[in-house]
Amino acid sequence: MSLLEVKDLSKRFGGVVAVDSCSLSVPAGSITGLIGPNGSGKTTIFNLVTGFIAPDGGEVHFKTRSIAGLGPDRIYALGIGRTFQLARIFPRLTALENMLVPVRRAGLRALLSQGQWGHEKERAMEMLAFMDISQVAGTLGGALSYGQRKLLELAAVMMAGPELVLLDEPAGGVNPALLERIAERIRQLNQQGTTFLLVEHNMGFVMNLCHEVVVVHQGRAIAKGNPREVRENPAVLDAYLGT
Amino acid sequence: MSGTRTLAITPGRVTALKGLAMLLVAILALILPLIAPDPATTGMAVFTVMYIGLASAWNIMGGYTGYISLGHAAFFGFGAYSFGLMINHLNMAPGYLPFVLVPVAGLLTAALAVGIGWVALRTRAATFVIVTIAFMFMLQLLGENLVKLTGGGAGLALPYSHDWGGDFFNIPYYYAMLALAVLTIGVSWWIRRSKFGLGLLAIRDDEDKALAVGVPTRSFKLTAFVISAVLVGMIGAVYAYYVTYLYPQFAFDPLIGISMVLMAFLGGLGTVSGPVIGALLLEPAQMEFAYRFGASRLYLVFYAAVFLIVILLLPRGIVPSVADLVHSWRRRRQAGPTAGGSRNAPVSAGEEPPATAQQRLASP
Ligand SMILES: Nc1ncnc2c1ncn2[C@@H]1O[C@H](COP(=O)(O)OP(=O)(O)OP(=O)(O)O)[C@@H](O)[C@H]1O
Ligand SMILES: [Mg+2]
Repeated sequence: MSLLEVKDLSKRFGGVVAVDSCSLSVPAGSITGLIGPNGSGKTTIFNLVTGFIAPDGGEVHFKTRSIAGLGPDRIYALGIGRTFQLARIFPRLTALENMLVPVRRAGLRALLSQGQWGHEKERAMEMLAFMDISQVAGTLGGALSYGQRKLLELAAVMMAGPELVLLDEPAGGVNPALLERIAERIRQLNQQGTTFLLVEHNMGFVMNLCHEVVVVHQGRAIAKGNPREVRENPAVLDAYLGT
Repeated sequence: MSGTRTLAITPGRVTALKGLAMLLVAILALILPLIAPDPATTGMAVFTVMYIGLASAWNIMGGYTGYISLGHAAFFGFGAYSFGLMINHLNMAPGYLPFVLVPVAGLLTAALAVGIGWVALRTRAATFVIVTIAFMFMLQLLGENLVKLTGGGAGLALPYSHDWGGDFFNIPYYYAMLALAVLTIGVSWWIRRSKFGLGLLAIRDDEDKALAVGVPTRSFKLTAFVISAVLVGMIGAVYAYYVTYLYPQFAFDPLIGISMVLMAFLGGLGTVSGPVIGALLLEPAQMEFAYRFGASRLYLVFYAAVFLIVILLLPRGIVPSVADLVHSWRRRRQAGPTAGGSRNAPVSAGEEPPATAQQRLASP
């Protein structure tokens, strides 16, 4: 059963067709990779699915409902989280406060109450410890290293317990040791029940981690399958070699 | 060594010191009319407390969300005129009773703020600033041109109590302004510590990222805007009752809008105490300046100078700068004995001391 189903999704920017009737699906419980050359439309697909931009056409289904046209905050509330290609955190909030922004806000009472932090702070500290960054809980986001930001962004997006998380280059620009840690954490979170769709240029990372891979080229999904099948698909080789 | 101990700034002591300072200020504010009952002092106090309220109310929008409104005088003037028109049309006798119209003026201002916010908050950054200014001038223009309603440029006269003569005249208004200032600071403090407030700060830092982690940014911004406007509108209502005569160019004065912004900037944007400190410093200074140099526009030069000094020397305002100073001083104190005590002391450079994390945990 697929958790996310994208059908004939299209988006153009002026003359540029960024996403061209693209269809793909993300099986529940999987780690699915989304790969493709630079400019092939991966980030745009993320922006369409999470409601940051409106599609020109096509459908997006999450579980049983259509989510195309909803705003990003609503989509997050429905259970889809995302991270950004260049780690984005709140620079003037501490790491711990960064963790508390995404918690669910149910109703006006919860919103205005001050006494409810206790439990959520505990969970936030656990999550920071899980990512091995609890020592920077009190540090301002702007003072963190790039690697710490990547970890914090991933930790924070998990706070509301999303069912599906879209990761845009989770291993981009980090050193090999950290890359290994990030892969391990994603695997653990997946085992605990979170489904992932991730964009990544590091092929080793994708091949190791993903159960299923979708290849996009010029805005279209041109191949899919398990990592080995995809690696041996001639169409994929063509796309990457730029023919 | 013991000398160091007594001087050490611990988080507990900072909190105690803050509490003590607040208590002293509160007591002073409450008994001020008893200590200095002369109208010159109480008159200055009315305006100072008014600006404490205005700057704090403005800060709920401008400081927390980072959306700089330069047109908040629109709500001030609207609250003032609402009050004036109500008291006149209801034929209310002057005295204490008309103060019940202040919250009503606040409600009317809320309705206006929902409308203005709905439009203005479709824009971001510089455009938002311009839109707020435009609305302010629109209201000023309406005030001047709806002559039948507002009296236009000839002004709108309000009744005032003849029983409140001499030294007493300022007192009821002073306490009304003080009550509103306390209310505003309370609301600001509450918001700063709530989930709602954290959402506002997240919007200030990165609005799209805030959306991505589920902050309903549109409704949060609008709510903050309306809360801020309502408080400003109520303060405008008391102002109207106090000055007893309203003119569009003074009620919808762009300088009132700029003053609250400047005070919040000077004290520290996005902090609870910053706008209070900014208003306490700037308003008496400005009144003194206006008094010495006549009612000329010379005090604009003063404002420009203050603004330049703030931007150049204290870009983040007094409160955050002082907090940083205390913080780094404390760290040096903590690091001092360790670093000096042994050459091989395991000082982990760049690591936050665990105390800091614990302390932040206690108060987000
Ligand atoms: N907001 C925008 N306005 C105009 N063009 C855009 C916009 N966003 C993306 N594009 C264009 O759409 C195409 C797809 O871009 P996108 O960022 O989705 O690619 P990508 O696969 O994420 O690339 P990369 O691997 O480099 O991150 C590119 O040609 C890009 O220039
Ligand atoms: Mg991209």
